[in-house]
Amino acid sequence: MKFSPLVRASVLAISAMTLAACSSTSDDASGTSAATTSESQQGQGVETGAADRILTPAEQRAQEREQKRERYADLRQEKVIYFDFDNASIRGEFAEILAAHADYLVRNPSMTVVIEGHTDERGTPEYNIALGERRAKSVVDYMQSLGVSAGQMTMVSYGEEKPVVRQSNERAWAQNRRAVLVY
Amino acid sequence: MKRLVVIVALLISSLLTWEARADLEIVITEGTNSARPIAIVPFAWTGAGEAPYNFTDVVSSDLIRSGRFQPIPIEQLPSRPANDADISNYSEWASLGVEAVLVGTVSQFAAGRYEVSYQLVDPLRGQITGGLSEYIEDEGLISEQDHILDGRTSVVLASQFRQYAHRISDVVYEALTGERGAFLTRVAYIFVEKNAERPYQLIVSDYDGENARVLLRSPEPLMSPAWSPDGTKLAYVSFENKRSEIYIQDIYTTEREKLTSFPRINGSPAWSPDGTKMAMVLSKNGAPDIYVMDLATRELKQVTNHWRIDTEPKWTPDGKSLVFTSERGGLPQVYRVDLDTAKVRRITFNGRSNLGGIVTPDGKGLVMVNRDAGAYHIARQDFPTGNFQPLTRTSLDESPSIAPNGSMIIYSTMHGNKQVLALVSMDGRFQARLPSRAGDVKAPAWSPFL
Repeated sequence: MKFSPLVRASVLAISAMTLAACSSTSDDASGTSAATTSESQQGQGVETGAADRILTPAEQRAQEREQKRERYADLRQEKVIYFDFDNASIRGEFAEILAAHADYLVRNPSMTVVIEGHTDERGTPEYNIALGERRAKSVVDYMQSLGVSAGQMTMVSYGEEKPVVRQSNERAWAQNRRAVLVY
Repeated sequence: MKRLVVIVALLISSLLTWEARADLEIVITEGTNSARPIAIVPFAWTGAGEAPYNFTDVVSSDLIRSGRFQPIPIEQLPSRPANDADISNYSEWASLGVEAVLVGTVSQFAAGRYEVSYQLVDPLRGQITGGLSEYIEDEGLISEQDHILDGRTSVVLASQFRQYAHRISDVVYEALTGERGAFLTRVAYIFVEKNAERPYQLIVSDYDGENARVLLRSPEPLMSPAWSPDGTKLAYVSFENKRSEIYIQDIYTTEREKLTSFPRINGSPAWSPDGTKMAMVLSKNGAPDIYVMDLATRELKQVTNHWRIDTEPKWTPDGKSLVFTSERGGLPQVYRVDLDTAKVRRITFNGRSNLGGIVTPDGKGLVMVNRDAGAYHIARQDFPTGNFQPLTRTSLDESPSIAPNGSMIIYSTMHGNKQVLALVSMDGRFQARLPSRAGDVKAPAWSPFL
């Protein structure tokens, strides 16, 4: 299950408020006096509201960066991308996952990653080693195009030798045709 | 210092003594109806009590598995002669329709040593020259009788019974077919025991799956075992260092040596017929290409250079060229490269694609994995006629390896959601399966003559 950053932020805010409430009830003396003060200043039966803040461009950018970082942190939890049969091209749906990893590697130039290429069981083991490497290579190329230095990435192809699902059907094959990023 | 000699003596010698759990047993799936009848008479035991070993059981199984012979049931034999002299009436054997009768005797020679003597008799010839049998007074001295196709006497250690039984099969097979028998050969293969701490095992067993021994166990994949031409060493790929590397291991001394550890793919080792070179696949310069390494000097020569996949090099018997799989034409096909001229020629054209080509020992044919309509089958193609014949109907067939006498192909296939080994005769008539008790069995490599 995934939450959007906004939902996550509001959850954080609510829990912070709950914490504050807890601490005020536990501290009887100060809590009571504060409530008295606010009541005496604002009178009875009023309620205050606030307008939405208009962010300055700098704040806007900072927030977007923050959101993107959070989204990328989420995406980086995904370390496996899948391929079509006898094919090594990166499917569109995995572009953002790789972008997230690339972003991380660019910001952490000392980090290295091993990119494993895997295939399904069809075809000969030797051919599949070559195909697995082609998959790893296309991940490396893609990440390089996003600014990751070649020295941060190494490839290893396991071909059909390390299937995730040891079965002979389309579903199993689809899960076995993959590249895995190992930090 | 590339020549890194790694001796994992402790580990491997302990492995050698284990009985592997990957013992195979052969289930014949089709083809015995085209086999020739033969009579195999249980060998007479001259001592007291039970015979020390059932030689004829092993010989019968060998001959059945060759796909060429069908021993007739023991209860249909007219008598149990211990040797040719015991055969009183050749015509009752001839009338069984058998072309040969194997008779033999086992007697104690010394403690733990036995004398085994046997004769292969042609009952039709015996019928014609029948009178000759009276000249035989002394057992075993029979070479001048032309109705006796072959006959031998040896002293055998009890520990070598099974090996000697295979030797008898070789003699019978060669006498009747004119072709050398391959019953005293071995098969190397990879066994994967799921959920084990070290699931990947390199195993060597007799060709029939008996006497399986684990030569290496690893937590990471093992691939592509390949025999040295003298049958004493195996080259294979190991991922034990989380990358592919080619190793050579002596199957008797357990001595082990890392041959290559280039960046990226180190794969598909293949020994040259003279044993001096190793063909292999490396992708250190980009795409996977074929290389040949001189084993004495470690000098490396690049044989192919193409931006698409080149893999699965195998030597032609004359050692002058390699066949290999290449995608250079779009889909994988088998090509041949002349090692002197570097000239490359495509040699397969049937079906959608062809992979894993190996040249038959006589150099006159190619066995390969043929992909057509989404199915992968073992197929054979003859040179120079180009005659093409699919041999198998099993599913996801791969890794074919040919017996040294060219009679049989062992390959890997799927059965009941497991990878198993299977056998098919070179004409496709005989098919058998070698199921393992547990786990996947793959990458079989048939040894040379031992």
